[in-house]
Amino acid sequence: MKKVANKTKIENYSMNFGPQHPAAHGVLRLVLELDGEIVERADPHIGLLHRGTEKLIENKTYLQAIPYFDRLDYVSPMCQEHAYALAVEKLMQIEVPIRGQYIRVLFSEITRILNHILNITTFALDVGAMTPFLWLFEEREVLMEFYERVSGSRLHAAYFRPGGVHRDLPDGLLEDIKDFSKRFPDRINDVEKLLESNRIFRQRTVDIGIIKAKDALERGFSGPCLRASGVAWDLRRTQPYDVYDKFDFKIPTGSVGDCYERFLIRVEEMRQSLLIINQCIEMMPKGQCISDDPKITPPRRSEMKVSMEALINHFKLFTEGYHVPSGETYTSVEAPKGEFGVYIISDGTNKPYRCKIRAPGFPLLQATEFLSKGHMLADLVAIIGSLDIVFGEIDR
Amino acid sequence: MNKFLKIIKNTLLIEILEGMLLTLKYFFKKKVTINYPFEKGALSPRFRGEHALRRYESGEERCIACKLCEAVCPAQAIIIEAEPRDDGSRRTTRYEIDMTKCIYCGFCQESCPVDAIVEGPNFEFATETREELIYDKKKLLDNGDRWEMEISKNLESDSKYL
Repeated sequence: MKKVANKTKIENYSMNFGPQHPAAHGVLRLVLELDGEIVERADPHIGLLHRGTEKLIENKTYLQAIPYFDRLDYVSPMCQEHAYALAVEKLMQIEVPIRGQYIRVLFSEITRILNHILNITTFALDVGAMTPFLWLFEEREVLMEFYERVSGSRLHAAYFRPGGVHRDLPDGLLEDIKDFSKRFPDRINDVEKLLESNRIFRQRTVDIGIIKAKDALERGFSGPCLRASGVAWDLRRTQPYDVYDKFDFKIPTGSVGDCYERFLIRVEEMRQSLLIINQCIEMMPKGQCISDDPKITPPRRSEMKVSMEALINHFKLFTEGYHVPSGETYTSVEAPKGEFGVYIISDGTNKPYRCKIRAPGFPLLQATEFLSKGHMLADLVAIIGSLDIVFGEIDR
Repeated sequence: MNKFLKIIKNTLLIEILEGMLLTLKYFFKKKVTINYPFEKGALSPRFRGEHALRRYESGEERCIACKLCEAVCPAQAIIIEAEPRDDGSRRTTRYEIDMTKCIYCGFCQESCPVDAIVEGPNFEFATETREELIYDKKKLLDNGDRWEMEISKNLESDSKYL
């Protein structure tokens, strides 16, 4: 009897986390190896939301690919359209009218707030605070209304097009955004006051999931998670696209790189986004919002109804689409989650030969094991929440 | 002294009480929720909801079966078959939209040269079966008749931006 007992090997407990777990933020499946309640190994299994976006885009014209970008990271749709639009513009060497660029920046920043609201509040929800969720989702609703007024859809906007934006801002929208930007700082302050010093929140997040700047860089981190580790890397500053170089804003950085700091960085980033939005509204120029190059932009509807040439152009653009000169480009933007990049190879036809998407969430998810090793199971939830993982873009 | 203050703050749960006070303030604020089926939020003229096929004022259907919407649809949700009618004009014999495939991108409306297919303001069209969500021509035309007032108003008010 004693002999048998000696031979018994104690194994770690393996367990599935997700894919149907409310704290998994979508369809994350983690295979965990637990020693008691300590995470020894966390192995993310991806692919449950794989829709073959990259392959599908190869069979779509350049216009038809736009809605696919909305559906990658479904909490920050317009930033991804932005990357795609910029990539196509680079290949075709199109100039975007200045008003179009301002509108794009304006809505990219609205998107950033939209994304950070979702992340901050659900993160707080994961670690036990319900109230911020209720408060900030009220504001998120207002932002989605802006989306809807400008594009017709609350989430999947399909608003940024190569050459500019689809339609001009409706009357009165800028005033409403201005009202919002006056009101919103109070909300951020309230939420920050509620969480920042709260002992439960601090106990759940401070010194949890620390990543040093060197490790973060090696792991391909970008966005708020990298900045929380102390690297002031922001594509809006380092390689400005559209009119970002005209704005005055700060890039908040942290020093420790734990969950708590990632939260603080996002809160500060919302404030900086508001600054950009305000400057955008002040500086909003008059003029066209989309390039009038007939090669890519369909004619105006009023013109299309009376002119035969315009009608032919309209038909051509909506059936065959436009031909993009052969070449390749990697274009990236600072999406709310980090560097979102689009790599397009064009072979001169009306469809991309290849479209590779660089999702910022992918390297973040890869670091789950690094971040959670040695922490408790409950901390893993906080870590996933603070990384801001969305499966639409990771599985693509 | 600082340490002493910190201990006092910690034991007296100051930050928790501050938070509670803040939430109490919100308790007395005006409510933002609406009583949904009876009250509805405002929709912009650009809203992309349920599809409809429109008619001219004479009652003639607008669609001329150019199949532009079928070609541009990224989800390939539209199927059109067409034949010349007895009076010689070209019209659809079959116009189907699979609403389960549709991604509501609005490209069909953008592409339509005669403003026939539109995405109207209706978003409450849930059904009990999948089959009901495959809209045929009749259903789409009925939708058009039902929502014509709103649709034409929306198109009118947004036409200056197009």
